[in-house]
Amino acid sequence: MTSVAVQAAGLVKRVEGAVSATLVNGIDLQVKEGEFVAITGPSGSGKSSLLYLMGLLDAPTEGELYICGQATSRLSDSQKAQLRLSTIGFVFQFHFLLPEFPALNNVLLPMRALGRLSQAEMRAKATALLQSLGLDAAINKLPNQLSGGQRQRVAIARALANNPQIIIADEPTGNLDSVSTDQVFSILRDVARQNRTVIVVTHDLGLAARADRTIRIVDGKIAEACETEEAKG
Amino acid sequence: MGFLFEIAWTHVSSRIRQTFIGVLGVATGVGFTIMMSGLMQGGQRDFIHMLIDTMPHVTVTDERTSTAGQPAEQAYGAVQVDNRAGVERRNGIKNPNQVISSLRTWVPGAIAPSLKISAMINVSQQRFGVNLTGIDPQQEVHVSKLAGQMREGSLNDLYRASNASVIGETLATKLGARVGSNVTLSTGEGIAVSGPVVGIFRFGIRDIDDGQIYVLTRTAQVLGARPTVINEMRVRLDDALAARDVASQIEAQVGYRSISWQEANADLLSAFKIRDFIMMLVMAAMLLVSTFAIYSIISTITNEKRHDIAIMKSLGIRERLVQSIFIIESIMIGTVGVLAGSALGYFLCLSISQITFTNPFTGNKQPVPIYFTPTHYVIVAVISLLCCAVAALLPSWKATRVHPVDIIRGAS
Repeated sequence: MTSVAVQAAGLVKRVEGAVSATLVNGIDLQVKEGEFVAITGPSGSGKSSLLYLMGLLDAPTEGELYICGQATSRLSDSQKAQLRLSTIGFVFQFHFLLPEFPALNNVLLPMRALGRLSQAEMRAKATALLQSLGLDAAINKLPNQLSGGQRQRVAIARALANNPQIIIADEPTGNLDSVSTDQVFSILRDVARQNRTVIVVTHDLGLAARADRTIRIVDGKIAEACETEEAKG
Repeated sequence: MGFLFEIAWTHVSSRIRQTFIGVLGVATGVGFTIMMSGLMQGGQRDFIHMLIDTMPHVTVTDERTSTAGQPAEQAYGAVQVDNRAGVERRNGIKNPNQVISSLRTWVPGAIAPSLKISAMINVSQQRFGVNLTGIDPQQEVHVSKLAGQMREGSLNDLYRASNASVIGETLATKLGARVGSNVTLSTGEGIAVSGPVVGIFRFGIRDIDDGQIYVLTRTAQVLGARPTVINEMRVRLDDALAARDVASQIEAQVGYRSISWQEANADLLSAFKIRDFIMMLVMAAMLLVSTFAIYSIISTITNEKRHDIAIMKSLGIRERLVQSIFIIESIMIGTVGVLAGSALGYFLCLSISQITFTNPFTGNKQPVPIYFTPTHYVIVAVISLLCCAVAALLPSWKATRVHPVDIIRGAS
């Protein structure tokens, strides 16, 4: 039986201020292990906000979020950080690599922060990850020496560094050309096939169709959720 | 932790100009603080050494620590006399040879007896009041630096002629006396003796050079009409700093007032305490100013690195670890600054110690006293590194409070 990797129960995110707004409005959602889910919706619909809540980058105003069965609302910032480090990998629209470090060191960063492997093991694993993503020649290059597609693949390698159960990607192909977009999506598809959960926010409905399930968010609520042909097929 | 150092090192090494300014700020503060410490403590130690050299470490006088009871008190147990005038006649130290022998068994140093009286010195028509001290030249060399301060003649020359004296250089100039000049010494007891000046000394302290003369003990006893009496014992200790303890032990043992050099110069030493305090404030201000350079640099780096901080936090690196990156950077800059500052401080001390000043009163050339000690370097280094760490706390704490979502949204 496939277990649930991410479960949102009545998640609400409200921001107070001069203009108050409800970004996420009572979302109930379950994403299983090995499932590839695409979240779509118009700009400002709350899809990225939902993603940040599911990635423990933001705290919900109401509701509960379970990561691999663990309730997260009562965790301290430090415990959330540890859970994020060991269980969740992030890929952002902008690669967000540390600009002064070569690709290899960027991939090593989360591994060194987690500290479960020896130096040699970490280096071997980071090198293997970069090679598996076709980045053999980029290992020792700084981010500004890489193309947009290469940077995003390095960011994916960094997200996979600690073997996280969940990969969360926010518009990972938003700044890429069509060839790189296809490459990145294929990689994420392959990751999901390794029994990891992949949740992607995208505007590209064509790409969303390559996921197992698409969830359409409108005004902070789930407007539509359906299995794609890819999942059926 | 290794990756924190790696990130910190990358940050500081990729900002050479800012890092250099930070290092320069710390180095200047450290260097000048070390120089100031050496200079202030050097001057103080020089002055204290001069004091210690010119005076005995402990002086035992013939003043009793407790006054003798009144006859009525001794005769009747029920009688108590209050408010007595302290006008007890001082008859010298009783059994001085026994007292000295007893003290020599445990006092770590040398002891010499002397008789100190007031006298007048006459040459031709000139007459000046002086402090006259009767000494034993053979024992005197062990308790004072007098023998080493002789400009003409020697202490042993006191044995050469009867009623011979050794006088200070300033007094000799005033009297127009030289070695071989005949002087007359007289006291309030109406006794006068004449004898040659056999030596001239100079301590460089006006009171002594102008108003002190030395004769043999027996000459002083004749002049004071106090045969066989000595009224002072001077002690020179192996460790001058133990004088206070030794003085109180002597006082407890012999019952005569014993004064350590610290007690005799208590006002001066307390002035040093105030000077030390002012010096500490000045040095603290110097170090504080240098830490502003660090504060400014770490603030700049943390501002520039807000994206990196957000990313590290989003990856799951804890706030405290991210903060420690910037504290490490500050300590790295501080460490290089402290090393450079120590070298600068040593160079400044060395340079200043080469400078000589001419004493306007004596005409002597003397170097600027500088005290070299590793303690200054260690204390300044520790305080400086602590200041650097503290200076980085606030900007790094503020920077790590950044919410990753704000930065990520801002970028998109």
